[in-house]
Amino acid sequence: MTHPGEITRRQLLRRIGMTAFVAGPGAGLLSACATAGGGGDPTAAPATSIAASADPKNPFGVDAKKPLEVVIFSGGYGDAYAKDLHEELYKKAFPGVSIKHTATQQIGTQLRPRFVGGDVPDVLNNSGPEALDLAALAAEGHLADLAPLFDAPSVDEPGKKVRDTITPAVLDNAKIDGKDLVLNYTVSHRALWYNAKLFESRGWAVPKTWAEFTALGETAKKDGILLFAYPGQKGPYYQLWNVLYTAAKIGGNQVIIDIDNLVDNAWNAEPMKQAVTAWADIQAKYGDKAYFGLDHTQTQIKHLQNKVLFYPVGSWIENEMTKEIPLDFQYAIAPIPDVTAADKMPYGAIQVGVGENFVVAAKGKNPQGGLEYLRVMLSKEGAKGFTEKTKNLTVVNGAAEGVDLPAGLKSAAKAQDAAGENIITDARFEGWYKELFDYGTEQINVVMAGRITPEKFCANMQKKADAIKQDDAVAKQTRSQ
Amino acid sequence: MERLRRYGFVAGFLVVPVALYSVFVISPYIQAFQLSLTSWNGISSVVRYVGLGNFGRLFEDEVFWRALRNHGILLLVLPIVTIVIALFLSFLLNLGGGTRGAGMKGVWGSKFYRVVYFFPQVLAVAVVGVLFQAVYRPDADGVLNGVLARVGVDPVGWLTEPGLALWSIIAVMVWQAVGFYVVLFSAGMAAISRDYFEAAALDGAGRVRLFFSITLPLLRDTVQVGWIYLGIAAFDGFALILVLAGDKGEPDGATTILPITIYKTAFAFNKVGYASAMGVALFFLTVTFAVLTLRTTRRERVEL
Repeated sequence: MTHPGEITRRQLLRRIGMTAFVAGPGAGLLSACATAGGGGDPTAAPATSIAASADPKNPFGVDAKKPLEVVIFSGGYGDAYAKDLHEELYKKAFPGVSIKHTATQQIGTQLRPRFVGGDVPDVLNNSGPEALDLAALAAEGHLADLAPLFDAPSVDEPGKKVRDTITPAVLDNAKIDGKDLVLNYTVSHRALWYNAKLFESRGWAVPKTWAEFTALGETAKKDGILLFAYPGQKGPYYQLWNVLYTAAKIGGNQVIIDIDNLVDNAWNAEPMKQAVTAWADIQAKYGDKAYFGLDHTQTQIKHLQNKVLFYPVGSWIENEMTKEIPLDFQYAIAPIPDVTAADKMPYGAIQVGVGENFVVAAKGKNPQGGLEYLRVMLSKEGAKGFTEKTKNLTVVNGAAEGVDLPAGLKSAAKAQDAAGENIITDARFEGWYKELFDYGTEQINVVMAGRITPEKFCANMQKKADAIKQDDAVAKQTRSQ
Repeated sequence: MERLRRYGFVAGFLVVPVALYSVFVISPYIQAFQLSLTSWNGISSVVRYVGLGNFGRLFEDEVFWRALRNHGILLLVLPIVTIVIALFLSFLLNLGGGTRGAGMKGVWGSKFYRVVYFFPQVLAVAVVGVLFQAVYRPDADGVLNGVLARVGVDPVGWLTEPGLALWSIIAVMVWQAVGFYVVLFSAGMAAISRDYFEAAALDGAGRVRLFFSITLPLLRDTVQVGWIYLGIAAFDGFALILVLAGDKGEPDGATTILPITIYKTAFAFNKVGYASAMGVALFFLTVTFAVLTLRTTRRERVEL
């Protein structure tokens, strides 16, 4: 935790400008990411052909005559933030430059042949169900080293390096095989989401222990409200996350780190079993099996109709459902209640993570332009505009200052503030070993439906993890934090 | 010279289609066979050959066997049910009305029914999938469960119960396919000379007897073609299952099929070599099925 970019919580609080909407001290929205970030090797030599100069206007020596191609995954965030904002900012910096903008939901279908053929776009937003295997691309040398980007002067404060203007978790999550290759652009908060107005009107308190949680389940049952539901069709990964985060709450982040590192018997660890057992029990007593066949939209609508109390998802939910939110509904985040009396992480711990991958093609026509484009994205103007357009936070410190954020996002910021250092880490095997993650999303439905025991679930997952470990066709990754 | 002129003329016509077919159909097949011997990840410039290792793994892969089991069920049920229903309906449409005036007629309103039966065939598979998502929705908002709820039955998880999911999907496949086979069999029935029916009817044969003694034997070739089409369809089901059940063979592998497994292995897990090995296995399964069907059902034409 000795990253040069690390700053104290109090400093960050001032810098990030989040105090504008969160009352009280210590409102550092991103400060706690420092617990997840800061690992890795900050002094890794930039092994790239692109050297960053000190020229704050054009550190990578971009040739304004060279066109730039940007491919954006047009999912929950849309692509307007790129087309109308980041690309315009880039054009402003290099008048007359031409940008080819492509928005697609089929990243893999469109780009796999192009990478094989050598005709690659300069900037790629690798996301969605067809996202490319970045480790495989990295092994082929397709990804440009982003170290020069992180070391380049920031757009807003030329005296400062880009790496000091973003949350440290970005730097930790940038690594593939020890190199900085991926830029994660958004920050999200994952835990249980509920309707604050419903709780207020009924006089219910957010449960802090499992006993309170189940007691609330009984109360809600009388009103015909389910305590908890997740979308079994298309969204079972929400519940896989939820179970993993619960395991981390019980046994500490090491539980997830071990799983990511494919440590022997990581899935059979006691906190994992306890987490699965606890949630399978909730499903059996307070759930409804109909939800195994509903997709995320159907489930989220039912949540908005107050048919479900808690829904496990991330802070993007509010923007995703923004058109459907009724007047008597207000999204708020609730941390996972204490499962045991001796959970490693105290009540209040929530998951805060970075996401939404951007990479620059090393073998593209304009890698300098690609790096510059990312630098523009990481400028205050670029990041603030993204937050305004998508109602999601970026990794850029203080960029949300002055933006009128919706209630749910404010509650997430408050929750993070309350969590302090107790931030649950992200499970990276989702990106590293898709096959294992995919299997997990299938098995979670089986165990939640009660067709296998929690022990069997852990054993099945372990068997799959062992198979991945032995599969030499799969490139292995490790993490220390 | 004479020969050259004759064959040259034929070859001139064939050269373009054969070239197109080789480039777009044959060569990908050959490439798939080649890739099935490698551990290629779809991106790497280094292609490593692993011999028959992929096939060895395939035999130990429980997902593969689960897919085969599901294809087996589809192969048995889909053709039989579809053909029986289609034969029954086309018989009613064409001959079920008995003799009225000159020749045999269909039941009353058969022209209207013929159009209606064909409707599902016109819909794209994805549309059918979305449609049946609403039909099978597992809560009281579902079409089927809404009806059940009115008579006091708890909602049924048509697509979420492991014992039910595949059958629900087979029902959709049958629903969609029947229209086409009604038309196919109707065309076959129209080709049968009316004299046979009239003669048999004069001898006192009822509709059942007419069907089994005259219609079915004379339709044998058409039914055989239908059987092969449906058998090949049983090895597919990609779009429908993807929309209705998802890509993980949910629930509990009850809807795992090879095409989806291949797609995921290649494009989600980046194991193109292994996926190609599955593709090769699927190729041989389909060919074996077609050859077996043709062999076992081959018989001298019915001479009348």
